[in-house]
Amino acid sequence: MPDFKVNKTFEEINEKIKKGTVVVVTAEQMIGVTREHGPIEAARKVDVVTTGTFGIMCSSGALLNFGHTNPRMKASKVYLNDVEAYAGIAAVDCYIGATQTREDDPQNKVFPGRFRYGGGHVIEDLVAGKPVTLKAYGYGTDCYPNREVEKTMTIHDFRDTLLLNPRNAYQNYNCAINNSKKTIYTYMGILRPDCMNANYSTSGQLSPLLNDPFYRTIGLGTRIFLGGGVGYVIGAGTQHTAHSKRSENGVVMGGSGTIAVQGDMKQMSARFLRGASITGYGCSLNVGLGIPVPVLNEEMAMFTAVSDEEIFAPIVDYGLEYPQDGGSVLGYVTYSQLRSGEIDFAGRKIATASLSSYSAAIEIANTLKDWISSGKFLLGKPVETLPSMDFKGFPNLS
Amino acid sequence: MNSKNVLLIFKSNIMYKPVIYRLAKDFDLVFNILEAKILPRREGRILLELRGPDEIIDQGIKFLQDHHVVVELLSEKVWREEDNCVHCGACVGLCPTAALSVHEPDRKVAFEVTKCVACGMCGLVCPFGAMKDITLFDPFAEGRVNS
Ligand code: SF4
Ligand code: SF4
Repeated sequence: MPDFKVNKTFEEINEKIKKGTVVVVTAEQMIGVTREHGPIEAARKVDVVTTGTFGIMCSSGALLNFGHTNPRMKASKVYLNDVEAYAGIAAVDCYIGATQTREDDPQNKVFPGRFRYGGGHVIEDLVAGKPVTLKAYGYGTDCYPNREVEKTMTIHDFRDTLLLNPRNAYQNYNCAINNSKKTIYTYMGILRPDCMNANYSTSGQLSPLLNDPFYRTIGLGTRIFLGGGVGYVIGAGTQHTAHSKRSENGVVMGGSGTIAVQGDMKQMSARFLRGASITGYGCSLNVGLGIPVPVLNEEMAMFTAVSDEEIFAPIVDYGLEYPQDGGSVLGYVTYSQLRSGEIDFAGRKIATASLSSYSAAIEIANTLKDWISSGKFLLGKPVETLPSMDFKGFPNLS
Repeated sequence: MNSKNVLLIFKSNIMYKPVIYRLAKDFDLVFNILEAKILPRREGRILLELRGPDEIIDQGIKFLQDHHVVVELLSEKVWREEDNCVHCGACVGLCPTAALSVHEPDRKVAFEVTKCVACGMCGLVCPFGAMKDITLFDPFAEGRVNS
């Protein structure tokens, strides 16, 4: 570890939060603060930088315990509003995944399917306080004789409702185009032939893991904004890797880091957990997530000051290459180019669109900022940070 | 000068009567055909942009109605369910007329119905079902129209 001029700890910052003297800015505001005062002064001034993202996050779901029935039952098949939840866990526990479609959904039989209702929508309905129909079937045992249960329940009738997402908040992601000759319907949206449009899906400079590119402050135990309430990082998400191509500033130039998260759904809001129907692809869940990044030293100030001009997304062809497990990088574009609404690619201008809501990301970062400034939300110091790699440091800091 | 997008529905009995040209001839309105579809022996649908002073547009619309053309103002047929829109922007890159566009500084997505040509792309792509009744040219849609 290099010697830093500013050295703060989680404990010191939490003391300031309790006293009401903490200084919090959003990742967007931090860019200006660091440009104006330099990283050392910025690290002295600012204690916490808040981030946010609100996008479609497959690999999300809810672990639900619907409570014992009378007579008791060991459910082996469970459906919520006709969407199957995995029940091979225990007697009355089940896990409903965001991408599970309704039993009678025509899926892609009439292409492109509309996928109007699935696991993500069940989660939204529960959080919105709407009644859902539970159907459970068991084979009957001496201790659990009941074989069939059907009842209408709201979230409050469930004993436990834990949002439990194995992979969220991809650090960075592809910019998708379609090099083929026909329109394609993908998890990256509708892509018209001959590279007529390009879609991207992170909140760039506001995105949580792009503000702590080496996961120095993020890991098991980090307290976060999740679905409008409070949640926790419980470790690296599936497919997490630190070892991807990085630019000079340490920022990854593609997918890379992910987190697994959890939180009690009873304190979340349907505004930040929205079921999604992706034409031709399937159902999913839009998750609102924000991480507070403590500015422990000037290097963290540099990391959190990253701006859209310095973050690159790889351009990948979803028409011909990606489906065949290819996905070579055809070029890189910055997020400021993507956000301008047009990129230059292969000598022409291509219209761009974001699949993740930047305006909601701002709202999340601001909400988290308010929570911390008002003393309601303390930082969670991770017991173990996410697997990372070395960084040679910023030249202007050594 | 003002502009209004209207959907004209010609039932089979009047389908082949020449009325539209009179908007220009008798009313001096500028019209621009945005989309048209004829379902033989059933009905024809034309999406028209009318340009002219407000009261002349209204007179033109009245003239069409007097000739048994069903006239629907597009702005009353096509709308965004504001509570469902999360301002992601997924629809923006596919909208052919920039009726959907992103605005700084908070990057909210605006919907301007006067630019909309009811192509249906946004309804197909929006993951949250926020764009409503945008498929006015759906051949099965006729049952929804009050006439
Ligand atoms: S795709 Fe739907 S939710 Fe997203 S901006 Fe467009 S209308 Fe709003
Ligand atoms: S229907 Fe939607 S995509 Fe088509 S012009 Fe209107 S707003 Fe744009």
